[in-house]
Amino acid sequence: MQKVLTGNQAVAWGVMCARAQVVSAYPITPQTTIIEEIAELVSSGRLNARFIKVESEHSAMAGCIGASQAGARAFTATSAQGLALMHELIHWAALARLPVVMADVNRAMAPGWTIWTDQNDTLSQRDTGWLQFYCETNQEVLDTILHSFKIAEIIKLPVMVVLDAFFLSHTAEAIDIPAMADCDAFLPPYQGDLIVDVDNPRAFGGMAGTDVYQEFRYLQQEGMDQALQVAVDVDREFRQRFGRSYGLIEKYRCEDAETVLVTSGTITSTARDTIDEWRDRGEAVGLLKMRTFRPFPIEMVREALRGVPKVGVIDRNICPGFGGIWAQEIKAALYDLDEKDRPAVYGFIAGLGGRDVTPITINEILSKTHHPEKTDRHLNWIELKA
Amino acid sequence: MSPEVKGQITYEIPDREIMSSGHLACPGCGAALAMRTCLKIMGPRTVLCVPACCWAVIDGPFPYSSAGVPVVHCAFETAAITATGVRHALDMRGVKDVTVIAWAGDGGTFDIGFGALSATAERNENILYICYDNEAYMNTGIQRSSATPVGAWTTTTPSQHPKEEPKKNLVEIMAAHRIPYAATATVAFPDDLTRKLEKAKAMTGFRLLHIFSPCPPGHKSVESDSIKISRLAVDTNVFPLYEVENGTHYTLSRQSKDVPIKEYVRLQGRFKHLNDQAIAAMQERVNREWKRLLKRIECSE
Ligand SMILES: Cc1ncc(C[n+]2csc(CCOP(=O)(O)OP(=O)(O)O)c2C)c(N)n1
Ligand SMILES: [Mg+2]
Repeated sequence: MQKVLTGNQAVAWGVMCARAQVVSAYPITPQTTIIEEIAELVSSGRLNARFIKVESEHSAMAGCIGASQAGARAFTATSAQGLALMHELIHWAALARLPVVMADVNRAMAPGWTIWTDQNDTLSQRDTGWLQFYCETNQEVLDTILHSFKIAEIIKLPVMVVLDAFFLSHTAEAIDIPAMADCDAFLPPYQGDLIVDVDNPRAFGGMAGTDVYQEFRYLQQEGMDQALQVAVDVDREFRQRFGRSYGLIEKYRCEDAETVLVTSGTITSTARDTIDEWRDRGEAVGLLKMRTFRPFPIEMVREALRGVPKVGVIDRNICPGFGGIWAQEIKAALYDLDEKDRPAVYGFIAGLGGRDVTPITINEILSKTHHPEKTDRHLNWIELKA
Repeated sequence: MSPEVKGQITYEIPDREIMSSGHLACPGCGAALAMRTCLKIMGPRTVLCVPACCWAVIDGPFPYSSAGVPVVHCAFETAAITATGVRHALDMRGVKDVTVIAWAGDGGTFDIGFGALSATAERNENILYICYDNEAYMNTGIQRSSATPVGAWTTTTPSQHPKEEPKKNLVEIMAAHRIPYAATATVAFPDDLTRKLEKAKAMTGFRLLHIFSPCPPGHKSVESDSIKISRLAVDTNVFPLYEVENGTHYTLSRQSKDVPIKEYVRLQGRFKHLNDQAIAAMQERVNREWKRLLKRIECSE
């Protein structure tokens, strides 16, 4: 079935397709319409779930944790301040190895108060043990919600599905809604093995001494390592069933590229057009779309960028005191390449606080990467007002 | 004069033990005793959600657990909402005959978890919330909470400047949420505790039990005095035993003995800096609060 849905509705419909059983959430612009739509789906009976209308995002995540620990498929959604407020529980869900799925609509952090997109909210949850997928289209949003529950339940780690404020969240596109029977075949009911069961009483998350804690962390990292293959397998199975596939990263027109731009989120769509224009002019430029932030697909990135002379990374985020976060990760991934294969990586900060990243912006970044004589190797601010 | 206490029946406390020995509570711990009694009555079809507090330690380190029922450890401020999540998940799984208990200390209840507690009560979630109240943050080494009584020493209210503010009245605040059931209890009266637990168990919606729990290291008292202190808390009217149904119907559970609070205070080192004048002021406050409670009970009739 085709339907015209905003990105936020696509999240809600993805949650319905996944038959989430407990939703625990709190409103914040631009996430709000996700939970409004879920409230509709639940009250109309289309989604058989409990919707706990909590008093804060902190409780939203704690409610998901309780529900997931007791064996229900649990979901929440938030943005920016809400995600930051959850932080303690974000760690908790991942260390408790709970397959919670959360959508975050990227919104810049306050102050000043802003509702527009950038990635600092989600990227600053980097070290919490959550998988993170960044989406480019509304279809990808819905599909990734389905992927995420499946991946999460296999590897016992929570997953964050990330979409840009307004560019996706409030923009409507025609998208394909998979049939429930196909969804059920792809994602069977959640069967947790380590869940609350009065016939087999266990304590979950109690005191961990110095003799065991490090091993918990090791096992969590092992889960992340497995996640790379599991995510690939789930994407493949999804393609077989539904005919769509995303990969953990996507190379776009990278053949013999002399310069490759690295993007994430909706900037990718704009950049595709710019790359097309440059290719039409005969320039050897390409694009690498980063869909997956955690686990970081190190080998895939190395393979994609090996031997490319120049790489420009667009960061709609800033790690103050260092630079762009994706650039930092890409550089770390490429460090172990032989020197002759190792690209020069240029970092670009653009589009913070929802400032438009237009074809003009991307042209400038591409030019500065392709002709880097005056470009800083580390950090370049684009369209910065004097 | 206090109202007549109606329907007082002696309740039989089951012999069965759900909680096992080998737990990590200090000698004379009221919280361990409260849990033991609670689980005897609630039985094995119970889930506990325990935030950071002494009980997160008492249960034992991974992979051990002394509770004998599932224990979902949770973040300090999340007992009420974690229990809510567990409740909804069990309902969705068709598991209806299990009681979900949020079991938290006074810090997790009166202070850091208060927002989530209030919200959970307002939504009338189907859980039993039990606050074992040892009147300070004991896990972290005896810091004041908003449940610490006026005049008490803690490590953050040293005896030169003991706590100046009176204890927050939890049950009144929760009653103002018009929840189905709120009651006080303490370990010296296990039959009263039994009756209240059985009553709460049979109800649905948000139920709250506030259990006063002596803490020898935190109250600077002798281990073997814990029951005596618990009894005196009631008999001095410092911690009256009562119930509130639907937020408005107050009932007294035990007749007052009007024992002077000096008897209660002198058993606890946390009050030892108080002079006669300070104790008299405390007595006055207790008397006032007691009268206020009696008025509420009167109005309920
Ligand atoms: C967010 C957060 N802040 C602080 C702590 C540290 N902490 C753990 S237990 C505790 C005090 C608990 O007091 P209470 O709830 O009264 O339980 P008790 O230890 O007295 O049994 C504190 C402050 C924590 N675990 N989490
Ligand atoms: Mg305490």
